[in-house]
Amino acid sequence: MSGAPLLPFLSACLRRQLLLAFRRPLEIANPLLFFLLVVMLFPLGIGPDPRQLAEFAPGILWIVALLATLLAAESLFRVDFEDGTLEQLLLTPQPLYLSCLSYVLAHWLLTGLPLTLVAPLFAVMLQLPPPALPALMLSLLLGTAVLSLVGSIGAALTVGLKRGGLLISLLIIPFYVPVLIFGSGAVQFAALGNSAQPQLLVLGGMLSLAIALAPFAIAAGLRISVDAG
Amino acid sequence: MLCVEALVLERGGRLLLNDFSLRVSAGQLVLIEGDNGSGKTSLLRALAGLARYDHTGSIRRSAESLLYLGHKSGLKGLLTPRENLAWYCQSHSQSHGRDQRNADIEAALAAVDLVGFEDVLCHNLSAGQQRRVNLARLYLSPAPLWLLDEPFAAIDRTGVVGLVRTLVQQVERGGAVVMTSHQALQTDHPITRIRLGQA
Amino acid sequence: MWSFFHKLGSPPWLYAISGKILQWLLPVTLLLLAVGAVWGLLYAPADFRQGNSYRIIFVHVPASVVALAGYYVMATAGAISLIWKMKMADVAMRSCAPIGAALTFLALLSGAVWGKPTWGTWWIWDARVTSMLVLFFLYVGVISLYEAFDNEVAAARACAVLSLVGTVNIPIIYKSVDWWYSLHQPASIKFTEESSMHSDMLAPLLLMIVAFYCLFICSLLLYMRGEILRREGTTHWVRKLLLDAGDAHAV
Repeated sequence: MSGAPLLPFLSACLRRQLLLAFRRPLEIANPLLFFLLVVMLFPLGIGPDPRQLAEFAPGILWIVALLATLLAAESLFRVDFEDGTLEQLLLTPQPLYLSCLSYVLAHWLLTGLPLTLVAPLFAVMLQLPPPALPALMLSLLLGTAVLSLVGSIGAALTVGLKRGGLLISLLIIPFYVPVLIFGSGAVQFAALGNSAQPQLLVLGGMLSLAIALAPFAIAAGLRISVDAG
Repeated sequence: MLCVEALVLERGGRLLLNDFSLRVSAGQLVLIEGDNGSGKTSLLRALAGLARYDHTGSIRRSAESLLYLGHKSGLKGLLTPRENLAWYCQSHSQSHGRDQRNADIEAALAAVDLVGFEDVLCHNLSAGQQRRVNLARLYLSPAPLWLLDEPFAAIDRTGVVGLVRTLVQQVERGGAVVMTSHQALQTDHPITRIRLGQA
Repeated sequence: MWSFFHKLGSPPWLYAISGKILQWLLPVTLLLLAVGAVWGLLYAPADFRQGNSYRIIFVHVPASVVALAGYYVMATAGAISLIWKMKMADVAMRSCAPIGAALTFLALLSGAVWGKPTWGTWWIWDARVTSMLVLFFLYVGVISLYEAFDNEVAAARACAVLSLVGTVNIPIIYKSVDWWYSLHQPASIKFTEESSMHSDMLAPLLLMIVAFYCLFICSLLLYMRGEILRREGTTHWVRKLLLDAGDAHAV
């Protein structure tokens, strides 16, 4: 078994993903625009009362972040599946665990991280109390990484299917439940003036578990999809 | 190098191969022939280890790495030929330095007659040119076993001649090639022909 | 041990042995269900706060418990199918999903019916009902994924991966839903705790849980037999079986 040193491979893989993304810069903005668009819908749907919005803000922000990540995850492997780079990746002597991890990391850098960075802006629009902002950003930082990892499992399993879009929501949203509960829980606690540390620690635990296990499931999913395709 | 025993291959509920055996050793050039739908592509995918659900039987490869060239290009349209090939080298663990790798890539692109197109995005190249970028991998691959599915598709006549020469070189330096083609293979090197379609 | 394992992988053997098991398990199941239902619904004492309406737990709790266990049976079958590539494990996994989904649905339905007299509303976002709803979607996800693939082997592998991901997730989901509920739970609504149940209520409940487990096994075997016949429809032994059945019918 010969293999290149793992770290250079991981960084080469990551650089390639980011280079590809930056050749289509508008697509990076899509999840953010989606985020803003849906945030706009809530005041229109439930009324502009600042107190009511402030009460719902943690839940709204977290649900929208969740849907934005899910939508972006759906197409994570699609182009690579269609142009054959995925099957070539499976034939490389490199550990598929690392390749999958780098795909997810690139995905998170392009969706989860920007969402986290712009979230305070949307939080202000939804009247979230300012003391809750650090908890919001920290919970999104940890939580969106879990969402990317878990969402990629769904993307890997459905990449070869013609009607993957709705199916991935059905497969993955149930797995998002704990992240949503603890993510919005953290923000709610902070908004009431309590410490959100316990919830953030739980999210950190979920992230470690997801990093350890999810790439194996993604790798298995990709092998199955290439095989059936 | 490659040993197939008692292979039963199905696709979509249709039996393509029944009790198929094949032994490929170093220095062999194997040409798989057959009509459309006779299972050539399925067989090559199974040999590459990409399709494992359609068949029963044993496929053993002693070679630790292989080169597979399928219907899908495996190229990124948003990357240039140089970037695509650099990724190929990086992901196949040649631990030469960066300069050595760049020189190898230059040589490979020259060999497939793509000088001057190194830095054009692949989706701006013609179908034949994209195919040539794909074939440039043959000049970069250290893999002893090559599995090539229709390598001559979309390649012009002079290109085919050069390609056949490359295949023969690979076999002569102790490698092996298993390929499919609808075109006649013109070479003095002995060819093992296998005809599919009598399952 | 290994020869038994090997036999499990053979469709005709599994078909024959499941037929023999069903011959006695099916009557036992029906008997258990009947005894448990009569005991629970007629003879167990009424709850001092909820009156007779609590009796729906004799359906709700067994259905919830077995639905959850069914997911783990499905995931175990999936793991066996992934590791040993055993086709009969695929069949078992494929058969678990609709049965589990039906049980989850039954649990949800009985929970809703229970909610009406107890809390005055058909639906309450209580921890157990919410977890059951998530479980229902997990089952539906597996079924939909299976149906979406053309290649049956690939479908089974994909569902096996999905259900294994589910087994890691289910405890996390249950725990987080519990935490979420304790956070938002209004103080006036309180669930009857099973642990503080009177033994006159507990005994028929346990009996019903056992009956539901048997029911699950029976349905699983019946469904698997159907699947086996569908998949092996063109093979020699199934044809022979059908011919024999036809002869017996004619006589």
